[in-house]
Amino acid sequence: MTEPLPTPSDARLKRDLPLVPSASIAGGALIALIAIMTFLACLTAGAAILVAQASQGWRADVARDVTIQIKPRAGDDVEALVAAVAQAAARAPGVADAHPYTKSESEALLAPWLGQGVDLGDLPIPRLIVVHMQPDHRDDLGPLRAALADQPTASLDDQRAWLARLDAMADGVVLFAAALFALMIVAMATATGFATRGAMAGAREIIEVLHFVGAADSYIAGQFQSHFLRLGLKGAALGGGGAALFFALAALVSAWNARSAAARQIAALFGAFALRPAGYAAILAVCLAIALLTGLLSRAIVFRQLRSLP
Amino acid sequence: MLEFDKVGLRYGLGAEVLRDLTFSIAPESFQFLTGPSGAGKTTLLRLMMLSLRPTRGAIRIFGEDAAALDKDKITALRRRIGVVFQDFRLLDHLTTYENVALPLRVMGRAERRYRDEVIELLRWVGLGERMNALPPVLSGGEKQRAAIARALIVRPELLLADEPTGNVDPSLARRLLRLFVELHKSGTAVVIATHDIGLMDQFGSARRLVVGEGHLQIFEGESP
Repeated sequence: MTEPLPTPSDARLKRDLPLVPSASIAGGALIALIAIMTFLACLTAGAAILVAQASQGWRADVARDVTIQIKPRAGDDVEALVAAVAQAAARAPGVADAHPYTKSESEALLAPWLGQGVDLGDLPIPRLIVVHMQPDHRDDLGPLRAALADQPTASLDDQRAWLARLDAMADGVVLFAAALFALMIVAMATATGFATRGAMAGAREIIEVLHFVGAADSYIAGQFQSHFLRLGLKGAALGGGGAALFFALAALVSAWNARSAAARQIAALFGAFALRPAGYAAILAVCLAIALLTGLLSRAIVFRQLRSLP
Repeated sequence: MLEFDKVGLRYGLGAEVLRDLTFSIAPESFQFLTGPSGAGKTTLLRLMMLSLRPTRGAIRIFGEDAAALDKDKITALRRRIGVVFQDFRLLDHLTTYENVALPLRVMGRAERRYRDEVIELLRWVGLGERMNALPPVLSGGEKQRAAIARALIVRPELLLADEPTGNVDPSLARRLLRLFVELHKSGTAVVIATHDIGLMDQFGSARRLVVGEGHLQIFEGESP
């Protein structure tokens, strides 16, 4: 060992290779599985967030509207009565505007039940005034009620009963979407766990060699954890990136096609179909969580294998 | 440095494969561990490297009771022991250089601090031109030398080698034996498991531990 030796050039010597093989069939399969599961989970999360956003929009819009119903008595000048009530309502504090439905608009509302072309001239059809409240006065209807106090034919409907049903329906939709997302996360975690175990199956030889050449358990576990964290990040970036791209494209298509009937139908349920920054942050969080889960699972598996070694 | 006191080992509920082994390995000593195939040489080596726990008796290693050692302590002790496995146990995705450097790397030493040392040892065992080769393309003898170099790189106080000349030609076997003898002269206690009588005869002054039918007989070497 004393013979003087020339030092080989640093460039020729391969060194600092990862202790866990960076490329393997099982590793590639794990990346693909994580990418697919992350994509599906992010789609579910995004859809849940879109529905939640849209339901907030419905509630805000509906809660701002109240309806005044006028039941004219025999001999009343209906049009004058409607105009007087509309003016009184519009002047009340907290009201943004009051829009009286014309006779033909009121009759049109009954058309679905009575059919087209029916002469409703002789029927005492109630007239409606839709009042939009200012955003900060939606729960304060006292001044409006006071303004209508001297209008005996007018009654105020704050739509609370219907609003409560709408709230329950919207909450149900959001809860369903959240439950779907939770199931997706459980499925993703389970599948990732199995795939990580599969990818770790060939690692026992490496773990044993490292163990017997004097590597501490934490060192071995750290090597595997960082390797699988990288695999998880690659898969999650592919899946999460795909989902983010999907939502960005969907928002663009939705904006471009906003005037079509189909787009209006979709907008009714999903709003503008545009995920807000918080939605993209949720996708990022899902990606990070799945990568972390993959790393931690591999760490736990290494420690379990090390426990079986003396 | 290593003491066995009435050590016995059985697998599961089977009969004892090793019984009442009482012996010690002194610092800077040299011994062959021999016996017929299947007699338990590898099992005894595994007990010495603490990769098996005895079912009875006591083992003391570097002055410590092996049964009372925790994982961290065992890891620390393992760094003082070099092991040459019969099946080499090289990592196929690492180069010969990286495999030999592995014990130093897992200790957390910086690569530039051990590079020259590893290269020197690789050249010394005749693998200077195979440093970037992966184990699957090495011959049996080259793998053997890489495995030996990996065991030697930490300058162990105790070297345990399981059939270290089993895959090499007689001339390389003699060269490897000289390597072990030199290591022994530099202060390492050496235990070589082999059934190659010719190899043992080349170093007649070495002690022989003979395993047979679960028991151990010790023959002190001839005086040089």
